[in-house]
Amino acid sequence: METEKDLNLEATELRLGLPGTSNESAKNTTHRSNKRALPEQPMSANIDTASKNCDQETAQHTKAQVVGWPPIRSYRKNCLQPKKSEAEMSGIYVKVSMDGAPYLRKIDLKVVKGYPELLKALEDMFKFKAGEYSEREGYNGSEFVPTYEDKDGDWMLVGDVPWEMFTSCCKKLRIMKGSEARGLGCVV
Amino acid sequence: MRKKIMYSFPDEVLEHVFSFIQSDKDRNAVSVVCKSWCEIERWCRRKVFIGNCYAVSPRMVIKRFPEVRSIELKGKPHFADFNLVPDGWGGYVLPWIVEMAGAYPWLEEIRLKRMVVTDESLELIAKSFKNFKVLVLFSCEGFSTDGLAAIAAGCKNLRELDLRESEVDDLSGHWLRHFPETCTSLLSLNISCLGSDEVSVSALERLVGRCPNLKSLRLNRGVTVDKIANILHRAPQLVDFGTGSYSAELRPDVLLNLAGAFSCCKELKSLSGFWDVVPAYLPALYSVCSRLTSLNLSYATIQNPEIIKLVSNCPNLQRLLVLDYIEDSGLEALASSCKDLQELRVFPSDPFGAEPHVSLTEQGLVAVSLGCPKLQSVLYFCRRMTNAALVTIAQNSPNFTRFRLCIIEPKTADYLTLEPLDVGFGAIVEHCKDLRRLSLSGLLTDRVFEYIGTYAKKLEMLSVAFAGDSDLGLHHVLSGCESLRKLEIRDCPFGDKALLANAAKLETMRSLWMSSCTVSFGACKLIGLKMPRLNVEVIDETEPPDSRPESCPVEKLYIYRSVSGPRFDMPPFVWTMDEERKVMH
Repeated sequence: METEKDLNLEATELRLGLPGTSNESAKNTTHRSNKRALPEQPMSANIDTASKNCDQETAQHTKAQVVGWPPIRSYRKNCLQPKKSEAEMSGIYVKVSMDGAPYLRKIDLKVVKGYPELLKALEDMFKFKAGEYSEREGYNGSEFVPTYEDKDGDWMLVGDVPWEMFTSCCKKLRIMKGSEARGLGCVV
Repeated sequence: MRKKIMYSFPDEVLEHVFSFIQSDKDRNAVSVVCKSWCEIERWCRRKVFIGNCYAVSPRMVIKRFPEVRSIELKGKPHFADFNLVPDGWGGYVLPWIVEMAGAYPWLEEIRLKRMVVTDESLELIAKSFKNFKVLVLFSCEGFSTDGLAAIAAGCKNLRELDLRESEVDDLSGHWLRHFPETCTSLLSLNISCLGSDEVSVSALERLVGRCPNLKSLRLNRGVTVDKIANILHRAPQLVDFGTGSYSAELRPDVLLNLAGAFSCCKELKSLSGFWDVVPAYLPALYSVCSRLTSLNLSYATIQNPEIIKLVSNCPNLQRLLVLDYIEDSGLEALASSCKDLQELRVFPSDPFGAEPHVSLTEQGLVAVSLGCPKLQSVLYFCRRMTNAALVTIAQNSPNFTRFRLCIIEPKTADYLTLEPLDVGFGAIVEHCKDLRRLSLSGLLTDRVFEYIGTYAKKLEMLSVAFAGDSDLGLHHVLSGCESLRKLEIRDCPFGDKALLANAAKLETMRSLWMSSCTVSFGACKLIGLKMPRLNVEVIDETEPPDSRPESCPVEKLYIYRSVSGPRFDMPPFVWTMDEERKVMH
């Protein structure tokens, strides 16, 4: 194994001191400051991981804590999560707006198991009464009509499609009111 | 006087001759023959590639090349892909767009990689370049669907919009509707990086339907498999197609329609996408398999026998990206079916799991190297390796140009002999004389760097992690690798000596990245002082590096050559030397 002397690195190296003086600082290149052992996590990392890492100053190569290793792009890591289990763990929260109301609400479509429960929940949330639903006429008997925005960006009447299909494609809910609502009585 | 006559072709003749010279290298060579050639060449250069956006200023580029039609810029260092470069580091494209808006009104193409692109930049592009044709944003970030809407609405002759692997903010799902009805010029549309909510399928169908020259279309995960048939029927001329989420409720009519639609695409050679695959829909692809040259299954969580069935039906495959679910058995099937294979990438399905749950080992790669004589480019994630396997692979595949091996656990030794993998990687560099790119992993001593410095004469890019014993390792690479352009190192015991001894080498390279090594702040200052054409940037997110003794190691260091001096857009956590030799940021 070659030694540094053989390479004669000293003769070619740029030095901090004047030529001819010995280089004290070179000896300290292997010194590790406390700060450096502090990890790879940026300042903005949350407090939990920061304190965990302080304890593991010496164990820098613990798999879970090493930033950027293995070298995989983050979008790839996200893609490995199957969409299914995400939905199983968390609810399907969609925003609900009502014409005239000052702010929006959110509702979890997993918690309400079907259309009757959904309508009841909306009625409770915004203190209104929806009309009677029929496939032919939509909602009859109320100036309030529940609608939703689907994956294609189109506004549809709530209740036309099977519940499972509805929960998978509903992006937002909107309770329309007044003349605009009447125009939407039957969506083609 | 004889000499003068020899060179007195009219300028137009020279310009015409130069128009046949497309490569940057050749153009650069032409420009140093003599002053008049330099002058003629610079006026007719139409394409500029800038590998580091901070190596030169926009004004300098514009001054030298006043008639550019196509520009390519790269921003952040490669390790930004793995979250090693903090947010806000830089790579902003806006200053370039602002300058070019004034100087290049006829600009047609902008290609960016790892840059920060804002909606403002996109709006400026849409407004400033009347003949704009090609926008490629590769691994970029900072923009939203509003910016995309501006491009769609403003660029009347848009041919290519490619957002591969970029991060886009979803503000509105309907930006696609901003393509006017008159837009029929699209050749290529890649929106695969968009989240589920960001595309209106009906607008997409109409757009695809009115662009008869569309050759490449890559959808995002939000488009489910039941929507694909309608899209494919409108674009049977497609050569490259990326599905969205390859799943939907299983229905026989959907499967039938899908198979029919795929069979109409007689030109289809390349497939990708395949998120959330429902295996029952895979047979719809069988009619195109025989023509496929490129297949990206790296998001598809399918297992064998489905994977084997698919690749065995693709005898013309040249490029395969896949998850390690393919296992050694699948790679053996690949080796016997796909004799034209040139590129293989195998990604880990469970990168953070402690124990392997798939049977993918060094054997799979050995099988492919044995069975596929044209194999040139490899990216392979696995959990174990031996020197013997690497030697065999090297001997089987002397044509490698890119070899990237990632053994998931750092510092893993040869699992049979428990030795470092120096000899194995040494064989790779010795046998593969055309190797341009190499990534190392596993247990490695200074010896592997000695091999690399001795043999890897064409190596342009080297990535190193958790390797080496001392400065000698780094010295071997810097002094031996003649063609080295990019060197990126993390968590290695490399310090000041090798760097200072080889400082001049850094001016012959594009850039050097070192993080979690042992380079002192003092050495960084010294290099910055002695080498005015290098920008030496120290990244430290905890505290200013000069608040500690100079001998303390820096967190991260990025050195690159530049003709425009230190940059002006550094965030608070980046320090460099300025003209007055002061440390500043």
